[in-house]
Amino acid sequence: MAPILDIQHLYKNYGATEILKDINVSIEPGDFLVLVGPSGCGKSTLLNCIAGLEPITGGTLKIGGEDMTHVSPKDRDIAMVFQSYALYPTMSVAKNITFGMKVRGVDQATQDRKLAEVARQLQIEPLLKRRPGQLSGGQRQRVAMGRALVRDPKLFLFDEPLSNLDAKLRVEMRTEIKSLHQRLGASMVYVTHDQIEAMTLATKIVVMKGGVIQQIGTPAEIYNKPANLFVADFMGSPAMNLIPAKARANGVGTKLEIARDGAEPIVLTDARAKNLPEDVILGLRPEDISEPGYRSGESVQEAQCQVAIVEPAGADTYVMTTLGGKQITARLHAETAAAPGAAHTFAFDLGKVSYFNPGTGERIL
Amino acid sequence: MTDVSATPAAAAATRSQGAGLKTALRWGLYLILALFAVYYLLPLFVMLTTSLKSLEEIRTGDLVALPREVTFDAWAKAWSGACTGIQCEGVRPYFWNSVQIAVPGVLISTLLGAVNGYVIAQWRFKGANIIFALMLFGCFIPFQVVLLPMARLLGLMGIAGTIPGLIFVHVIYGIGFTTLFFRNYYVTIPQELVKAAKVDGASFLRIFWSIFLPLSIPIIVVSVIWQFTQIWNDFLFGVSFSSAGTQPVTVALNNIVNSTTGVKEYNVDMAAAIIAALPTLLVYVVAGKYFIRGLTAGSVKG
Repeated sequence: MAPILDIQHLYKNYGATEILKDINVSIEPGDFLVLVGPSGCGKSTLLNCIAGLEPITGGTLKIGGEDMTHVSPKDRDIAMVFQSYALYPTMSVAKNITFGMKVRGVDQATQDRKLAEVARQLQIEPLLKRRPGQLSGGQRQRVAMGRALVRDPKLFLFDEPLSNLDAKLRVEMRTEIKSLHQRLGASMVYVTHDQIEAMTLATKIVVMKGGVIQQIGTPAEIYNKPANLFVADFMGSPAMNLIPAKARANGVGTKLEIARDGAEPIVLTDARAKNLPEDVILGLRPEDISEPGYRSGESVQEAQCQVAIVEPAGADTYVMTTLGGKQITARLHAETAAAPGAAHTFAFDLGKVSYFNPGTGERIL
Repeated sequence: MTDVSATPAAAAATRSQGAGLKTALRWGLYLILALFAVYYLLPLFVMLTTSLKSLEEIRTGDLVALPREVTFDAWAKAWSGACTGIQCEGVRPYFWNSVQIAVPGVLISTLLGAVNGYVIAQWRFKGANIIFALMLFGCFIPFQVVLLPMARLLGLMGIAGTIPGLIFVHVIYGIGFTTLFFRNYYVTIPQELVKAAKVDGASFLRIFWSIFLPLSIPIIVVSVIWQFTQIWNDFLFGVSFSSAGTQPVTVALNNIVNSTTGVKEYNVDMAAAIIAALPTLLVYVVAGKYFIRGLTAGSVKG
């Protein structure tokens, strides 16, 4: 099938400032694309370009195979949910939802039917007569979703729709959006700065920084094989441990020497890695640093480190230590015996290790 | 032990002393406010009482005394009999002139200000800030400066000395202010509202009409009060750009006060002045009630 959204070499400038540089991304029908990055990375601008609310400076943008460069938002067959919900304050919930249909001249019977359908789907039937000002944040969020759903568009656009909700509600609505996506099988583009939202919702993630795409991939690809140091650091919480190390080839693979506070350097061996430059940055997820006995296999090696801080988080306990001059987080089981100030034995699992070039920040292996 | 038990009592005494001082200060404050209120209300009081007295009583009586005998003769004369120059029709015809100038003037300038403010605040275009700055600058141009060019313009347009001419002048002069009001009001409304409406397919005017105008009641009230007061109370434009039959009430009032022959009829002057001032008073009382704030509260987030 043709991609539902296809962006090729898209550029966006404000005057002389380049906001978006050479954006290439396309999604298939039914995909859930998440644009994620720190504030100011251009993700919302890209979404506005897709919606037609911002003209693009260069490149092509197709929705459903048709070139959209000069098509106005209303003719793009899209629906959008905004961060501030952007409900029309003087209209009732019902009028908010049907406003678009009214503007487009849809007949009253269809309007009523669709309104009832959407209201049932989102469980907002009792709210239809109220004004947005009389609703709670979560209810407003639902109404905003209703306004989008009623359109039944080719493409749904979400601009940080959950960031105005409190933590608990955010998790609830996140699940709801996900189940909505699965139920409808609709194509969605979703902007967020929250990497957990990105991981949980997406079928495809675009990580952006400074108007440039850093990596495109499935959540698993982004998580396990980050393309550069920025992605490695940005995605995942706690962040990936990025440890400077010296690599030396030996017979089987590569020896990695990592400086350790007040003791001899740790030496780990990675049998798979070959032809590494001398200076590398080792990327290890916190869960890949555990305790002896929890993981087994060739890739697991043990070493003692000085524990700095212990943070119990309920299900897990995060333990900080220093390696290679950097603070390192290990994710241990809740009942760990690690105590601050004492030495503790950690098990390093190099099965999923990433290597980065310290100069360019790009992934080596 | 004694020290410890004495301390709370002493503290309580200090507290009650402090409370007494506070009450005294509060009453002092009320007294000063009351004095100011009297000071401000005294002229109105004198005007009202004088307008209800007969000329005889004014001559013999005290300025601030209540009327011994209430009479509305002066009001009747001011309304329909007082002489402005050679005509003796009272302020009535001029009052209606003012209504005919003020009502369209207020409505047109408010509507144009709303559209201007909407465009400048929500449809940012190149040079929007410059245009807004120029409009703002227009607010500060003294009336006197524009008198001659305006007279020339009105002449060229063929509406010199007419009521439409005066409406035109007031609309032009009011747009700067009304644009400022509406622009500042609309700037606080999130731009996402326009974006949402655009995605919904609404046009420029539809968004204005269906979304922004219903939101604007508080600022419309502000604009109406401001513009009505300005236009109704205007004297300079009224005296400069009117002809014999089109003078506004302010000009007529001046003529009544200045063209009395023989005895000066203070009671008629006062009544005419109150009549001329009543509509602005009325606008404040009526429109002020609708000065509801926070209609947009909750449209964005809670």
